Amino acid sequence: MSEPLQASPLSVMWRKALSSAFVAFCAASVVIALVPLGFVLFFVVTQGMRAVNLPFFLQLPKPVGEAGGGMANAIVGTLLVSGLAALMAIPIGIGSGIYMSEYSGTRVASLIRFAADTLNGVPSIVIGVFAYGVAVLPFKQFSALAGGFALGMMMIPIIARTTEELLLLVPESMREGALALGATRARAVFSVVVPAALPGIITGIVLALARIAGETAPLLFTSFNNRFFNTDLRQPISTLTVQVFTYAISPYDDWHRQAWAGALVLVTIVLVCSLLARFATRRLERMQARG
Amino acid sequence: MMRKDLGFRLGTGLFGAVLLAIVCAIGYELVRQSMASIQKFGLAFWRTDVWDPVAGQFGALPFIWGTLYSSIVALAISTPIALGIAVFISELCPAWLRQPLVFLTELLAAIPSIVYGLWGIFVLVPAVRALEAATPQSLRQLPLFSGPPLGVGMLSAAVILAVMVIPFSSSVSREVLKSVPAAQREAAYALGATRFEAIRAALFYARTGIVGAVMLGFGRALGETMAVTMVIGNNPKVSLSLFAPQYTMAAVIANEFTEAADELYLAALVEIGLVLFVITLLVNSLSRLLIWSMARTAKQTMTAEPTPAAAAA
Repeated sequence: MSEPLQASPLSVMWRKALSSAFVAFCAASVVIALVPLGFVLFFVVTQGMRAVNLPFFLQLPKPVGEAGGGMANAIVGTLLVSGLAALMAIPIGIGSGIYMSEYSGTRVASLIRFAADTLNGVPSIVIGVFAYGVAVLPFKQFSALAGGFALGMMMIPIIARTTEELLLLVPESMREGALALGATRARAVFSVVVPAALPGIITGIVLALARIAGETAPLLFTSFNNRFFNTDLRQPISTLTVQVFTYAISPYDDWHRQAWAGALVLVTIVLVCSLLARFATRRLERMQARG
Repeated sequence: MMRKDLGFRLGTGLFGAVLLAIVCAIGYELVRQSMASIQKFGLAFWRTDVWDPVAGQFGALPFIWGTLYSSIVALAISTPIALGIAVFISELCPAWLRQPLVFLTELLAAIPSIVYGLWGIFVLVPAVRALEAATPQSLRQLPLFSGPPLGVGMLSAAVILAVMVIPFSSSVSREVLKSVPAAQREAAYALGATRFEAIRAALFYARTGIVGAVMLGFGRALGETMAVTMVIGNNPKVSLSLFAPQYTMAAVIANEFTEAADELYLAALVEIGLVLFVITLLVNSLSRLLIWSMARTAKQTMTAEPTPAAAAA
């Protein structure tokens, strides 16, 4: 004679309580993670707003002790260095992305994918050391080109993996349609598959640009810094991030204020790009759902 | 026609080859540049804790200690939170809240390291200093909390690293949880499980992938440079104390690379970079292997229901 299987009311209550506690913990985790986000954004906006003004965007840094001045040279420098990085990374990234998606199952594609993921995981400071060795040391000169080279290396894997993922999303029937009409593989890819995925790829590039524009470590000993306005790519150049770093660790209050302003500009760039990307992917998803 | 396709394959493959070449070149160049230091110090480099550039004495023990210690403490803080977020977003929260929460956690990853560092110097460090000063004397006797309350130091670095690592671990964990077949949870519920018990079953099923996600965060923490450099205090001393200013591998490169006047000094710094490169390579490869094997098991058990492959981030 066996006893009927029945849980004691106490153990049921205990299990339910444990379950509720777990749910509460998960919800609390979200809050805990969002608190620092809120704090960072709050301080960047409130502190940054105090120092952001028109001269900040138009003037060069003033010497120590003189109030005012701006980061015009650093803003231009960030644009230049990021632009150089994009010039280098977009062809390599998209090219290898196409290879990985078109020859998806092959061993070569896996090898390239492994290389992309590896490069993506290389600490940015190590990228900087490498770029110093191959792009600064031989020329005995810090330069904007070396900075662009370092950031470009960080951008390649992001673009490559995004391109691959988006190309794989394009329906097989579109490719087959092009091939059935007698197109070569290259023609099918460049006139049908890539254009279908292009909005997504551009979104990926914008996100990658936003990410590298915020990088500091690879620039410390490649593009270095420059107190003056410079557009000569063979010379050291100032960037927003390195400038914020220099000002942040300085002992001057006025420089601290400017560092916050620089941070505000950086965060604004990131926020705008993320929102744009989110908006674009949403439209893309809706189009795919309809198609 | 075949010949034209071959041209296309070679053409795009060439770009892939560049990618491959860059990775190989990084390894080669780091070895080449650090040869002077490798030959002079050998393995003793990693057992010596004296870092005295003026005397030409280079021991990297304090840096590897600081890097591992800060990353491990950061993981101890971030892992429960990251898992909680992943579970909340993928299992618990109402559908309308899912996208905004994903966006916000991803924003945490998008904020530049330098901005975290700036915030760290002017907001976090004073807060940590107050916390340290308020620590009761009885606790301060422990080696874990010894030393003066400076604010800058291991605790600040670990906290900032934890914040920066959370989005990585949680988004991969979320993908991994998504790939757990629904039947796992349904079976648990059918047996009368509570919500917690059903989710525990799913987490257990996904354990390989979750370990992978945590390791991915570890890889990020090891290489994080700017924010840590700005709050850890930059003092090459091995210490167990969370309050003590210490140093990491990435931070010493960032701070001293442009000052390294002689060849040996530079080589020693590059060797630190080389080891950082190798460690992150191993950690990241292992984590991707775990995530990938988890995705494959999930696919095999539920062939009827196509599952989204876990993003091999």
